[in-house]
Amino acid sequence: MTSPLFERVRGIAENVLKLPGSQITAQSSPETIASWDSVQHLNLILALEQEFGCQFEPEEIDQMNSIDRIHSVVQNKLNHGS
Amino acid sequence: MALSQSGRLNVAELRQEIDRLMERGEATRASHLLSELWTKDNTVSTATFIVSRYEQLRPKLNLLPYRMAILRSFTVEPIVPLLRAGSFHAGIDLTVHMSDFNAHVQEILDPKSSLYGFAPDVVFLAVQTRDVAPELWRDYADLNSEQVQSAATRVVGDFRSWVSNFRARSKAHLIIHNLEQPSVPSCGILDGQVANGQAVAIQQINRRLQALAAERTGVYILDYDSLVARHGRAHWHDERKWLTVRLPMAAENLNHVAKEWLKFLHPLTGKVAKTVVVDLDNTLWGGVIGEDGMAGIELGTEYPGVYFHNLQRALLDLHQRGILLAICSKNNLDDALEALKNHAGMLLKPSHFAAMRINWTDKAENLRAIAEELNIGVESLAFLDDDPTECQQVRSQVPEVFVIDLPSDPRGFAQAVRESPVFERLVLSEEDQRRGAIYQAHRDRQELAQTVASRDDFYRSLQQEAEIAPLTKASLTRIAQLTSKTNQFNLTSRRYTEQQISEMVSSPGCDCFSIRVRDRFGDNGLVGVAITRFEGQRCEIDTLVLSCRVIGRTVETAFLSFIADHARKLGARRLRGWFLPTTKNAPARDFYASHSFTPLEQNGKGILWELNLSQVPVSCPEWVKVTVRNGDR
Repeated sequence: MTSPLFERVRGIAENVLKLPGSQITAQSSPETIASWDSVQHLNLILALEQEFGCQFEPEEIDQMNSIDRIHSVVQNKLNHGS
Repeated sequence: MALSQSGRLNVAELRQEIDRLMERGEATRASHLLSELWTKDNTVSTATFIVSRYEQLRPKLNLLPYRMAILRSFTVEPIVPLLRAGSFHAGIDLTVHMSDFNAHVQEILDPKSSLYGFAPDVVFLAVQTRDVAPELWRDYADLNSEQVQSAATRVVGDFRSWVSNFRARSKAHLIIHNLEQPSVPSCGILDGQVANGQAVAIQQINRRLQALAAERTGVYILDYDSLVARHGRAHWHDERKWLTVRLPMAAENLNHVAKEWLKFLHPLTGKVAKTVVVDLDNTLWGGVIGEDGMAGIELGTEYPGVYFHNLQRALLDLHQRGILLAICSKNNLDDALEALKNHAGMLLKPSHFAAMRINWTDKAENLRAIAEELNIGVESLAFLDDDPTECQQVRSQVPEVFVIDLPSDPRGFAQAVRESPVFERLVLSEEDQRRGAIYQAHRDRQELAQTVASRDDFYRSLQQEAEIAPLTKASLTRIAQLTSKTNQFNLTSRRYTEQQISEMVSSPGCDCFSIRVRDRFGDNGLVGVAITRFEGQRCEIDTLVLSCRVIGRTVETAFLSFIADHARKLGARRLRGWFLPTTKNAPARDFYASHSFTPLEQNGKGILWELNLSQVPVSCPEWVKVTVRNGDR
């Protein structure tokens, strides 16, 4: 589970949540990371939109509640778009 | 040339290098790389990284603390890290307070609200058309023309009451977002045909908001409608984010808002350039004059010379609002002057430039010489050069200079200048508009000084006339500007806003005077301010500043002589004043001592000087003719 795409997602999460990358795993979620509150969640979504040049639908944002799920939503979005 | 060049590092490498430097305690270098990173990548993710690193470096850097409150009707949280990263880049350590969502009215009206408790330096009132004028935004098609008018009147009335209430409770600057137009008018193209269209109604509100701001000091308009239009109404919004998290704009536009806010913070905090120093070859014109010659360089109204023409127009616009232009170019002087004087495509003429360094000396040294010649600090210079190596050299040798990043394609040169926040101004005084001419006269005066034998003869030959007047409405802007911008001849360096000066002067015993100086070379304009305070039989000089334009020509003695007379007339026996040293006000250090004041008290901040008015006179130099005017109050 260390594809280049996953690493990009993790890198953004690392910046936005202000954590060293080693503390962020596929299972990390708002339940496991204290700094991941609703404001940081919004910042994370926006940072991903800027990075990947896309806009997420409300349903997608609802699903993006762990690093793993974020990764798969982004992956779908990129595949779907190209 | 061996440079601390990091231009080859990508964003990820820059981050790692920054963390390495921070671990080694190299704060200054780390902050340079943070600036470079921010210039490269303006995203939310990088902004968060930059803010967290600056928060650690903060104690080791010389940053200006500033407090900003945002009263808002929408989500601004994701914009804040972008704004703070941009502020750190500008040398400002910004603390941001956000009102509760849609609570701007309560925050303004309640004197005990967290807004006033926060004690902001500046407040942004960021509300949207759809929140403050929903009937005009959404239900416009339902309204008849009377209802449109009454809606507009209600909206302006709301703003008026917010502004008045705010002003009664806070001296902070207030920046008001004006109202944006909907992307598509409710009635389609019909809107353009009718007198009371939706667009017209919103424009009228905006015009009235502008008038409302102009009536007051320290209240300004942010043209939000133009901001949205500039970046494209169709691409500005993200309706999904609005509906789910009340964030109206798309992710790609967050930084446009942050940048627009920063354009206000620069002039408010004095992080502005007074002079822009430009290169010639491949900057003011295309090609190299020494090789391509007059006929070979690209400059004119057609492609490709038009890009350089456009840049000259942008520079001329700066000149018209009081920003000085100067040249720093590696060239043969004669070649360069030939083009400056005689090329048909030159929009800028030699007379537009306050200083020129056309030689083969390195640019860092030339920039220092230009600052000295113009009597300003190097931190007041901006530098414009197409050559990245020269820019890098200036960045590393004179880091105080603001280096403008030019794109590699000259098509973008003019825009890079127009979008640079260091040239932004919130007010334009008469002096600003005349500054270029004033410096021309200054050069003539220096030439005279070199030809006249004695110092007194030089003073006499200047034929100086000083006009001293109490504070007037017309002079308030300039007076506040002098107290906030003058660094060198400034005895106490107390910075005042227009609002603060108005309030001080309305208190008993406090007076504010300005001095205007004319000589045979021209009018220097309003160049000095004194604020005095009476207490019993003592008069204290709270503030005494003089623009560097007239330092060293005995005007300061003439001004002090007037202050002493004024104090005596009001019954004071003693005249006192503090000298509070800063890194820049050495020119004022000996002022009191050289006018026979004696030191009275010394604390960690400075020295209090005193003059016994009944014993020692302060006589006005015979070569300065002084006129005293009455004020308008």
